[in-house]
Amino acid sequence: MAKTILPIGPYHPLQEEPEFFTLTLDGETVVDVDVRLGYNHRGIEKLSERKTFDQSTFLVERICGICSTSHPFAFCQAVEDVIPLEVPLRAKYIRTIIAEGERIHSHLLWLGLAGHFLGYNTVYMWAWKLREEILDAMEILSGNRNNYAMFKPGGVRRDIKPEDIPAVLKKVDSIVPTLEMLKNAVIDDPVLHARLKGVGILSRQKSIDYSALGPTSRASGVARDVRKDSPYGAYDQMEWTMIVTQNGDVFDKAVVRILETFESVNIMKYCLEHLPPGEIDAHITSLPPGEGIGHIEAPRGETFHYVLSDGTNRPARHKVRAPSFMNIPTFKATVVGQELSDATIILASVDPCYCCTERVAVRDTKGEKLFNGKELLRLSWAKTERIKKELGVP
Amino acid sequence: MSVTLNALLKSPWVFHLSTGSCNNCDIEVLDCLTPRFDIERFGMLLAGSIKHADVLLVTGSCNRQSAERLKRLYDQVPKPCLVVAIGECSQSRGMFIHSYNCPKPLDAIIPVDVYIPGCPPKPEAIIAGVVNLIQKVKGAA
Repeated sequence: MAKTILPIGPYHPLQEEPEFFTLTLDGETVVDVDVRLGYNHRGIEKLSERKTFDQSTFLVERICGICSTSHPFAFCQAVEDVIPLEVPLRAKYIRTIIAEGERIHSHLLWLGLAGHFLGYNTVYMWAWKLREEILDAMEILSGNRNNYAMFKPGGVRRDIKPEDIPAVLKKVDSIVPTLEMLKNAVIDDPVLHARLKGVGILSRQKSIDYSALGPTSRASGVARDVRKDSPYGAYDQMEWTMIVTQNGDVFDKAVVRILETFESVNIMKYCLEHLPPGEIDAHITSLPPGEGIGHIEAPRGETFHYVLSDGTNRPARHKVRAPSFMNIPTFKATVVGQELSDATIILASVDPCYCCTERVAVRDTKGEKLFNGKELLRLSWAKTERIKKELGVP
Repeated sequence: MSVTLNALLKSPWVFHLSTGSCNNCDIEVLDCLTPRFDIERFGMLLAGSIKHADVLLVTGSCNRQSAERLKRLYDQVPKPCLVVAIGECSQSRGMFIHSYNCPKPLDAIIPVDVYIPGCPPKPEAIIAGVVNLIQKVKGAA
């Protein structure tokens, strides 16, 4: 059994949220994986209890930088569920616009990182360059590139000015041709087919057993999307397709995310073009005692917030469940029996929000060989190169 | 200015270190590397290992678990090294100042040379901060 554990770049520059993975190896094959969570603990649920509902919105925004819309969205819905209260239609549209903008940038971010893990640094650079256009659009809408601060219980904090809409639409439109090109580059590439098809399969049954969420489950043929199943915001106002694929491998997870980005562009455009007039805030003045839940479809899956109100201006209890919490354990189902060189991309395929405090240690059952993060990446790159050579692709 | 410090400033290799942040600052640091901002123009390169680093870009509010590791990592950096604190969390701990798990601000744990405020700071601000750092060191010499 294991002799030595070598942590993968204790501070690895490419990943964000903190988890600790221990891979147990037999030669090149992964035989077991252990996952530990809790490295980035900041006590947000407890902190939330000493902040007012309005202040907590900003706090939950900072749970995760990439999901900085999903958490306030779910939290505000939870607070509104306590009353209960219907948000003005215009506010719903604005919320949807911001949420979809976030989905586009998050999926592009993932695509770039996945490209990097495979040794396709061009994809990384292209995807992140494309992402900048969306961040610009968000900056026009909200004034900030990442933490939008658009949400408040009862509505939204800022209105979208009619004169800003053409500029935003132009930015959003401008990403479509490049996105199309990226889609074709990824979906038609024989190397990626050879590299990703049949790798890290999460079967439909396993996906249900592990309660996988979001694109991770939709790639396994589980048609589950909060936007369709329990519509919130303005998602019931327009036609859009839920992307579901059947194979559950890394390739399908990539396809789901790329195709979803197109849907998001369409939803965002529809909302901007059909923004109804009216109020943007329901002006909540007090909250009765009671409890409320809010759940929304974040880029990675369902984000769930629970709020218990005791009639004061602070939550008596606030519970958060982020989608990665459910998706990370599926790593155990997908990586066992796979080659070590595929471990990085399988891990990345569930799009876990990592932080750089994250640690991965690899151990060999025979106990001799050690790997660190860089070597894992290099192994992954080397495999792509090998497949390229076999296929005769330059 | 010492010869090593002078050489270091020509092409500072940055190492990015998150001590429990929300990812936003980390993503903005990565954004600096991608085509629009492209800090490699200035000879700045993201180092993969702390042992190759000249400048530490630290983000996050230093929770109990990461504070220890931060100290250990700081000891591993070849000296002289410069530390840049990015984002509000790494300066005042921002929103997490009352958290039971964030007992100390970053500069109580390791010495900090430059602070870049913002939540998160824009990539332009991060680049400007690093340029300021270089000027500060040159001016002091």
